[in-house]
Amino acid sequence: MEDRQESTAPQKEVCSRFKCRLCGVAPFFVGIVVALVFGWWLFPTLMFNSQEQPVQFTHDTHVNVAGLDCNYCHKIRPDGTFSAIPTTKECAVCHQVLLGESRAERVFWDEYVRPGKEVAWLIYQKQPDNVFFSHAPHSLENCNNCHEFSKTELCLFCHVNVKDKAPTYHENRLSGYSKDTMKMWQCERCHANPNHLAGTAANNACFVCHK
Amino acid sequence: MSATQEFRIKWGMVIDLDKCTGCGSCMVACQAENNVAPAEDGLNRRRALNWLLVYRLSNGKPFPDHDIAYLPRPCMQCGKPSCVSVCPVVATTKDEEGGIVSQVTPRCIGCRYCMASCPYHARYFNWHDPVWPAGMEKTLTPDVSVRPRGVVEKCTFCHHRLMAAKDRAYAEGRDPEKLPDGAYVTSCTEACPNGAISFGDVNNPEHKVHELIKSPYAFRLLERLGTDPQVWYVSRREWVRRLGDNYLNNEPTKG
Ligand code: HEC
Ligand code: HEC
Ligand code: HEC
Ligand code: HEC
Ligand code: HEC
Ligand code: HEC
Repeated sequence: MEDRQESTAPQKEVCSRFKCRLCGVAPFFVGIVVALVFGWWLFPTLMFNSQEQPVQFTHDTHVNVAGLDCNYCHKIRPDGTFSAIPTTKECAVCHQVLLGESRAERVFWDEYVRPGKEVAWLIYQKQPDNVFFSHAPHSLENCNNCHEFSKTELCLFCHVNVKDKAPTYHENRLSGYSKDTMKMWQCERCHANPNHLAGTAANNACFVCHK
Repeated sequence: MSATQEFRIKWGMVIDLDKCTGCGSCMVACQAENNVAPAEDGLNRRRALNWLLVYRLSNGKPFPDHDIAYLPRPCMQCGKPSCVSVCPVVATTKDEEGGIVSQVTPRCIGCRYCMASCPYHARYFNWHDPVWPAGMEKTLTPDVSVRPRGVVEKCTFCHHRLMAAKDRAYAEGRDPEKLPDGAYVTSCTEACPNGAISFGDVNNPEHKVHELIKSPYAFRLLERLGTDPQVWYVSRREWVRRLGDNYLNNEPTKG
């Protein structure tokens, strides 16, 4: 402390010298800013490519206009496996004929229903091969033993919002994984929650989620 | 974290060596179930991976007293696993209800310390990337990941089958922590044509294995090392039981 007070005497000189030094340091600051822009903004965008769903399916139409329940298309089968996304044949229960004028439906009908082809849906939440996940323990009935979630509330804990238009899918150019998967810490935030550890099978042992 | 932990459920395997004919069905079933790539030469130690390996035992006597036995060796899922305590990166743990020793291959750094520590040689290292002959990739089990080169792998008691059994219990509204006998069995148990392998929760009196391990003829491999394995063997032949551990010449065989 004392040292510093004494050194305030030749302040002017120090100041001008400092200015000059700033000129020399400036390129480094610019460099850091450029590196940050590259690292935080440019690189992550370069890292992922963008893809649209092969069929522009909208949940809003099917849930609110066609009046379908989520379970109609995404159900947990009696043996505990998850039905995921319906096959073209199951969609064709309604889409045997064109129901409207939209281009999206036309594409779906021409390219998939008539030739009987399956749609290669892009799964936002597709986990790496070494992760084990199953919807059966995360079902509404199971969670609502203690909570009062609505169906969409529950799905939104883990999934992107697909209510209106299907969002753009981002794929990691190197690993081929989706950008919107749930990361390990996100699973663990819920699994390692003391309230869950005590009363449920939500366990933070590695082999619960890995295979 | 201590390497020993007590669990309410203890998945265990009981193998009756007197029923085992050494046919190798269990090895094939294991390999197919767990996505172990087919090796060109199964005897090549550098290439072949065997989560389950059948050993041949012999009493070493000449005819007519000669006798042999076969001993299938999965991972013992030890109660006090030496592999867990030596792993520097927590890639292998024993922390899940049921006591199955995990192997998280993305975490594994391939130091092979666990292989050196395992007294049963139950762990294998991927020296090469697995190769499936064209068309055979269709036989892959989706619930088991495929391991790249550079990591260690081992038998997991077909852990994915446990998860499938639990999922079914959830869907049917049953308690997934109280699976009935037979709801979860390993692939080798199912494949054995002679019924030599039994599987279940040894702590649950409703499961068959609960009684089987109490047989005077039951023993575990190298029991006196203190690893507390979850795999029991049964043999009414004394020389077989004697080979299961290191006995001094003047020591009587257990059982
Ligand atoms: C007519 C059948 C149908 C119904 C009914 C339906 N969905 Fe879907 N769902 C789909 C299809 C097809 C996709 C794939 C296209 C997409 O991602 O938009 C999908 C995808 C999703 C996804 C994205 C999964 C991922 O990670 O890629 C979520 C979340 C979802 N649906 C939730 C719901 C919810 C919640 C409801 C009820 C409110 C519902 N769905 C009703 C057909 C349906
Ligand atoms: C209950 C009957 C029903 C089922 C099942 C159904 N749809 Fe539809 N779908 C409709 C109706 C009704 C419309 C609205 C048509 C309009 O007025 O444009 C529609 C519209 C569409 C459209 C046009 C864009 C949009 O969403 O508004 C697409 C694409 C489509 N459906 C795809 C699918 C796919 C894929 C499936 C299977 C996962 C499916 N549908 C299952 C009834 C159904
Ligand atoms: C606890 C988190 C979680 C909850 C809650 C959840 N999901 Fe998922 N969902 C996932 C994960 C993780 C995957 C990816 C699974 C994988 O790739 O193995 C997934 C995959 C999906 C898929 C694609 C399956 C496929 O393989 O094609 C659909 C469709 C889906 N979920 C719908 C739903 C719906 C509808 C709900 C609400 C009832 C819901 N999910 C609730 C985590 C969750
Ligand atoms: C045995 C009862 C029980 C079950 C079953 C249960 N929870 Fe919980 N959960 C709790 C309790 C207690 C809390 C803490 C009180 C609170 O925050 O509401 C909690 C908290 C939460 C929270 C807030 C956590 C935070 O960090 O803020 C979420 C999200 C949640 N649970 C989701 C789920 C989901 C999804 C399921 C179904 C897979 C589920 N819970 C099943 C008891 C349960
Ligand atoms: C919103 C909270 C929540 C999130 C997020 C979550 N889980 Fe869970 N999970 C639970 C709860 C609660 C249970 C236990 C359900 C019960 O006991 O009824 C559970 C159970 C499980 C089980 C079955 C455990 C058993 O032994 O039966 C698996 C496997 C699992 N979760 C995997 C995952 C994976 C993988 C993720 C991340 C992709 C994930 N979970 C994300 C709440 C969550
Ligand atoms: C609640 C579920 C859950 C538990 C418990 C869990 N993990 Fe994970 N882990 C995940 C998910 C989901 C991912 C994939 C994240 C992603 O998509 O980026 C993951 C990814 C990983 C990865 C990175 C893999 C890669 O390809 O980059 C490693 C390593 C890993 N986990 C190790 C472990 C270890 C070791 C434990 C035990 C201490 C453990 N995990 C426990 C859910 C879990």
